[in-house]
Order: sequence, then C-alpha cells, then structure tokens
Amino acid sequence: MPIEILMPALSPTMEEGILAKWLKNEGDSVEAGDIIAEIETDKATMEVEAVDEGIIGQILVADGTEGVKVNSVIAILLQEGETKADIVSAAPVGQTAEPEVAPVIETEAEAVVTSIIVPAAPATQIIEDSEIPHGTEMRKTTVREALRDAMSEEMRADSDVFVMGEEVAEYQGAYKITQGMLEEFGSKRVIDTPITEHGFTGLAVGAALDGLRPIVEFMTWNFAMQAIDQIINSAAKTLYMSGGQLGCPIVFRGANGAAARVGAQHSQCFAAWYSQVPGLKVVMPWTAADAKGLLKSAIRDQNPIVFLENEILYGQSFDVPVLDDFTVPIGKAKIVRPGVDVTIVSFGIGMTYAMPAAEELAKMGIDAEVIDLRTIRPMDMPTVIKSVMKTGRCVAIEEGWPQSGVTAEIGYRIMEEAFDYLDAPVIRVTGKDVPMPYAANLEKLALPNVADVISAVKAVTYTS
Amino acid sequence: MSDYAPLSFKVPEPEVRPGDEPDFSHFEVPRAGSVRRPDIETNARDMKDLATTIIRVMNRDGDAVGPWAMKLEDSILHHGLRSMLRTRAFDERMMKLQRQGKTSFYMKCTGEEAIAVGQQMALSKGDMNFPTYRQQGLLLCQDYPLVDMICQILSNSRDPLHGRQLPIMYSSKDYGFFTISGNLGTQYIHAVGWAMASAIKGDTKIASAWIGDGSTAETDFHSALVNASVYKPPVVLNIVNNQWAISSFQGIAGGDSATFAERAHGFGIPSLRADGNDFLAVYAVSKWAIERARRNLGPTLIEWVTYRVAPHSTSDDPSQYRPREESAAWPLGDPVLRLKNHLIGRGLWSEERHVQAEAEFDEEIRSATREAETYGVMGEGSSARDIFEEVYKEMPPHLVAQRQKIGV
Repeated sequence: MPIEILMPALSPTMEEGILAKWLKNEGDSVEAGDIIAEIETDKATMEVEAVDEGIIGQILVADGTEGVKVNSVIAILLQEGETKADIVSAAPVGQTAEPEVAPVIETEAEAVVTSIIVPAAPATQIIEDSEIPHGTEMRKTTVREALRDAMSEEMRADSDVFVMGEEVAEYQGAYKITQGMLEEFGSKRVIDTPITEHGFTGLAVGAALDGLRPIVEFMTWNFAMQAIDQIINSAAKTLYMSGGQLGCPIVFRGANGAAARVGAQHSQCFAAWYSQVPGLKVVMPWTAADAKGLLKSAIRDQNPIVFLENEILYGQSFDVPVLDDFTVPIGKAKIVRPGVDVTIVSFGIGMTYAMPAAEELAKMGIDAEVIDLRTIRPMDMPTVIKSVMKTGRCVAIEEGWPQSGVTAEIGYRIMEEAFDYLDAPVIRVTGKDVPMPYAANLEKLALPNVADVISAVKAVTYTS
Repeated sequence: MSDYAPLSFKVPEPEVRPGDEPDFSHFEVPRAGSVRRPDIETNARDMKDLATTIIRVMNRDGDAVGPWAMKLEDSILHHGLRSMLRTRAFDERMMKLQRQGKTSFYMKCTGEEAIAVGQQMALSKGDMNFPTYRQQGLLLCQDYPLVDMICQILSNSRDPLHGRQLPIMYSSKDYGFFTISGNLGTQYIHAVGWAMASAIKGDTKIASAWIGDGSTAETDFHSALVNASVYKPPVVLNIVNNQWAISSFQGIAGGDSATFAERAHGFGIPSLRADGNDFLAVYAVSKWAIERARRNLGPTLIEWVTYRVAPHSTSDDPSQYRPREESAAWPLGDPVLRLKNHLIGRGLWSEERHVQAEAEFDEEIRSATREAETYGVMGEGSSARDIFEEVYKEMPPHLVAQRQKIGV
C-alpha cells in the first residue's frame, strides 16, 4: 500500500506550518533519510526526511503553501511494484491522517474524567473595551507578535530599555518572541546571555539599580527558579530596604505553566509563588491586546514585574487595537463576558477553559459572567466582589496546583468580603496535585478542562 | 573635562555565520603524542599547561603515539568502535521515529560518541554517572535493554519511567545513570555530593559528572568546583565542549577568555584538556582521572574538545546560525572514522567488517524498535494507574479514594 508522507511537527505545540519547498519531484526515487522538502514555522526552518524508501507518487501540497496542518498528508510514497493508480485507495487528500488519540476508556468512571472538550482558539466575542476608544481599528495579532511589538515600541521610545536572556538575539528567542529585534536594536540592546539565570538576573538587577530598565527573558519560568533569590530578595526588596533610594524597574518575562509534553520540570505555573511576595507585581495576560498593553505598562513601571506568558497562547491570534500608544493598566481585571447567574474568575491560559465553558453554559440557560484577572498582584478584588454580590456564585479556575493557589486566595477573599451574598460555596477548578506527567493522556488528566468548569458551575447553580 | 573615553562592553561573536566559509584557522591542534602525561599524584599547580593544550593519541595515519597511548586489548578496541557505531545507528533510527510522530522529541550525539563510550568503558560497575542529555553512549555501550530504552522514548506501556519523563531523559541506577534533568547543570553538584557520600561510606565507587560548555555558566558548575576543591571527593568532572549551546557559540559561555579546562585552576583542581573525537585519548585520559579518584587523590576536571554535528534537538535548525558545512570542516574529524582507521591499521578491522557492523546495528535497532512499538507509541501507552503507583509505599486514603473514583 502506498505510504502517506505526513506534515511533521517540530514540537508538540506546533499546529501548522509552511511547506516552503519540495526538493524532490513526482516520479523521483528516494532513500530513507533523503531530504525531500523544507518546512517553516514561526520557530524554525526544517528539512523533511523520507522515512522509507520508494518513489514520490504524488505531491499533494504545493511549494509555498501556508497553514499546512501537522499530520496532514503532503505526499504519497509508492513502494516497489506500485503505480500511481494505487494512490486512489489512500486517505482522502487533506484529511488529517492521525487524529489525536483519545485516552483508552476502561470504565464508566474514567469516561467522566476523560470526556474532555478541547479548548479551541477563542471564537468568543469579547465585549468592547472601555480602554479602547470607540471605532478604533483592530488588527489580528498573535500573542507572540504582540509581546514583541510592546518591547520594540518601548525600546524605540526609551533608550534605557533593553532585553537580555538566553537565545534572545541571534536565534530570535527560543519561542521567537524577540523576532527581528537584534536587527533593529543591535547586540548592545538585545543581548544573548550565558546559560546562568541566577547570573543574568543578578546582572539585570544591578543594571536597574543604575537606572536602566531591563527586560529579562527567561526561556521558561522553570529555569528562573535558580534566580528566585535575585527576584525576591534583591529585586523585590531593595527599594524598600534602601529607604526609597535604589529602585529596581525591571520586567522578568517568559513562558509559564504547562506547554505540551514537556514533563514535570517544565510544566508548572508560578503565579501563586510570586503573587505572595510584597514588592513584586505579577501580571498574567490571556489575549494579545492585554499582553501588549500590559507589557508596555510593565516596562514603564517603577517596580519589578513578574510577567507570566504561556507557550500555548503564543501562536493564538486576537484583535489588537491599532493605536500609537496602547497600554493596559496593571492591577485591573476585565469583565470579558457579562452575565447574571454565576461569576467565573480566571486568568492567563485558564481563560481558554472559562470562555468555551461559558458558551456551553449559555446553551443550557446559565448566563455566566466571566472575569479575566489579568494581574494577579495587586489583585483587582473589587471587580470580583462586585460581580459575586450580583450573581451570588463563583467558580475560580487556574492551571496551577490547588494548595495555596491563586484560586484559594480568591475563594478566601470572597468569604471575607462577600460571604453574606453567596448562595453556594466557591468551587475551584485547578491542575491536579501531582508533578506533570509526560505521557499525553496522563498530561490531559492532570490539567483542568472545560467539562470540569461546566460541572463546577452546575454544582454552584444547583443545576443537574 | 574627563580624559576618559566612554565605557563600553563586549558581546562575543563567532568567527563565521551562515553564508560564510567555515573557518577554524584560529583553532590550534597540537600534534598527536606531543603532550606530556604526568604522574597521577601530580599537584594541580604543576600541570597547568595541560589545560591549554589538547591531549591527542591518534595521529593522521591512525597510529597511537606518545605518552598517553596505552596498550589496549583488542576486545576493548572492538567494543569501543562497535558501541560508537551502535550509538550512531540508534540516533538515526530515533530521529526518524520523531519525524514519524511516534515521539515528540529526540537529541542526537553525532560526532560526540567517543566521549561517553570511552569514559564508560574506563569506569567500573557501581560507579555513578550524572549525565546531561547527550551521553546516551553511556547506556548504549553497556548491556542496558535496548527495548526499554526505546519504550522510554515512545512513552508507552513498557516505559520504565511510567510516562513521567520527557523522551531521552533515561534513568537507571543499576547502570550508573542518574535521572537526566531538564534544568541544566543541577546534576554537576549532585555528582560531588554522591562522591562524598561514597567516601563517607568507605566505599570504592566514584562519581562522574557531566556538563556542556554552555551550562558551565550555571551557578551549579561553580558550586560543584568550589565543593570539589574544598572536600576533594572522588569525582571526575567532565565538560563536553561541543562548541554550541543551541545557537550560542562557546564564546558566550566565556570560552574565548580562557579554556573551560582552565576554570579548574582557580580552585586548585588538576585539569586536562583532551581530544573528544579520539577514542584512545578519551579512554586514556578518563583512566588517569578515574585512577586518581579511586586512589583518593581527589577530583579531576576534563574538558573534552569536540563538535556538535547534530542539531541541538529535533526542534532546532542550526543552518540559521552556523554554516551548514562547518561540521565537515571541524579539524578533529569524525571519531568513528578515526577509530576505524586505527583498527584497520592494526589489522583488527576491515571495510567489510565495518559495513557488516553497521548493517548489524541497523537491524538490531530496527528490530528492537518494532518490538517497542508493540507496546504503543506517543500518547497511547500509559494508564492513569501510572499517576498513582510507585509514589507512596502505602497509598494515603485520599489517593485511594481518588483512584477508586476514576476506576483504575
């Protein structure tokens, strides 16, 4: 049977890419290991190798095609004795050949846990923002580009701003956030560092104390754990300890939380960790507009800011206002979807569970109000409390672990400030209390999902 | 007015970038056999010259020359070459598995095979390696079950690590292979601590620490050196200088200001710099350092000079930051080819045997892969049981209840 050549993935988070160039034509013989094509993603260019020997029977995706889905069939390889006529029986063109494998359902009880509605890219209409003038032109922008635009705009406006970190310059960022910045700003303002998070964080704190405004990129926040002494004991406290003489205007940013299939050491959310620390502000945006507006505000802030991004969100597109200088205030939550029956509070990637759940709930007649916290510290509790006083019910969502989590704080603050308004206990939907497994099916079980949010809302609204 | 010019700082740049001709003209390669071999009891300050040269044994003709050339049994030479070929064949097959979507990630060690294989062969059973992610040769030159190794990469139902670890982050206490950490450098200081424990217990086992040129910038590396310097435990401190840390050339880690081997001098630790593409040098230099450790003479740092022929990982594209032809221009050559020529020169090997061995390992690994795939590939192997089991000796009641609830 002819062999399907599939669009390869360079990483588990890659969803699509550009088929840049075929290096073989139909009718060409190939050996296993021959380079047959080149593909491109926002991360890298990569050569596609033939995995078997045979003859290229048919090329299904032409040179230069953009948006080619991972695992879609890009060509058919004929084995010995086969002709083009054999191709008819192959999979239909363009169909994904390997749909994501669902976990094996062994029992009914497990079926409940694994019936996951995969969070889609946000199709939800986000309500008009009071921060954006009516009629402003909007442009579809990925979170990745929005972060880059924020840094570039601030670096154009203020020569004291610079960015440093591993792979930020020549490689354009491990997740391509700093794309094009080395070319524009040069190697003295877009600085590749040695692999020493503790070292370059301390260096940046020193530079901030001398009046510059560093942006420190951590490849991921997992690697910043060895720098936590510099972040907490130096950056967060020096202004306080020096009696106001020596401030530390600095932004620590990078990918936070679980990505996909990167295992225990690389899949954890640090929102709760840093949100405990006086002297730090902690920002965790969901949309591209908030990522841009909040990062610009963070760069201008006089305080050290922990800016938590997410690898899964980097490639997602949102409307971003086309304005010369668009900023979003730190410490202000946003009601993303108004409603009356229940308050759903989340932040960052948690919003990708909250929003589809709210849409599903609407179909069941439950009108949820969804709040995106955007900043974890200082936390905009007045907005949350006002909403809970209206709805009387609350579900709080985070991807991080439950114990001492951000949602634990939200639940307690509601009890302190709005206990008499509650018609049901606050319910949390969080990541499971376990180091993240690598295996895809176990990873899914360890993360929150839309179904969990829906059942939590049903519980607090006493809906069956 | 001040007569000082404005201050400036330097951002190191490699000699060449994509599109340029590879250029190793600045890279000095001492003649094979030209570097002295001190006694293992030599004081660190009396062997500082050995940190700025390159110890080499095989000359251009493939002959073993000079004071570091050992009289080795034929079986050691055969096993060395065969293990390097096996490692290379393993890398090729696993890379293809990633491209087929059967695993999410892989990292090859092409061009660096001699280092892990040579040192493991110089170590003894019970010694403990604290490796990075490019020392698969440590396992592949031993009799570690090949199918288990592939099952770990596929994260399937026979994965010895139960779907918990990233592909290639093997872990095997019995084979002296510490769990690989994804956070760089942490294992280096663990090796020093392990070696101290071995000494406290009055054992004769030693530890071997591994780190890349880029990760020597991590604080863990410096902490390891200061503790090794103070307590003098039985540890070999390896630095694999393969010139590249993803896209950052070794100058970003400070390699242009001093050799990585010279890092040891400030700590008074004996240090050697050796040709990592020369199996005979790797074996002899490792033996020297291992013997020192085992004779209670303390730590030795070794910088292995090599070149990362492969991309950093399956997610990397080196043509973006270095000339495509650079690996072919690398002056220390291909470690497999060099040992092969040496063996042929000694009448212990032939072109035919080489081709046969390549085919043998290709078939061995294909066959092991076929078997491993029967246990599942990425995303279909693990059971939710694996989240609960092998964590607590006696499972706490709340976990028993959770497990019952999901029916596994």
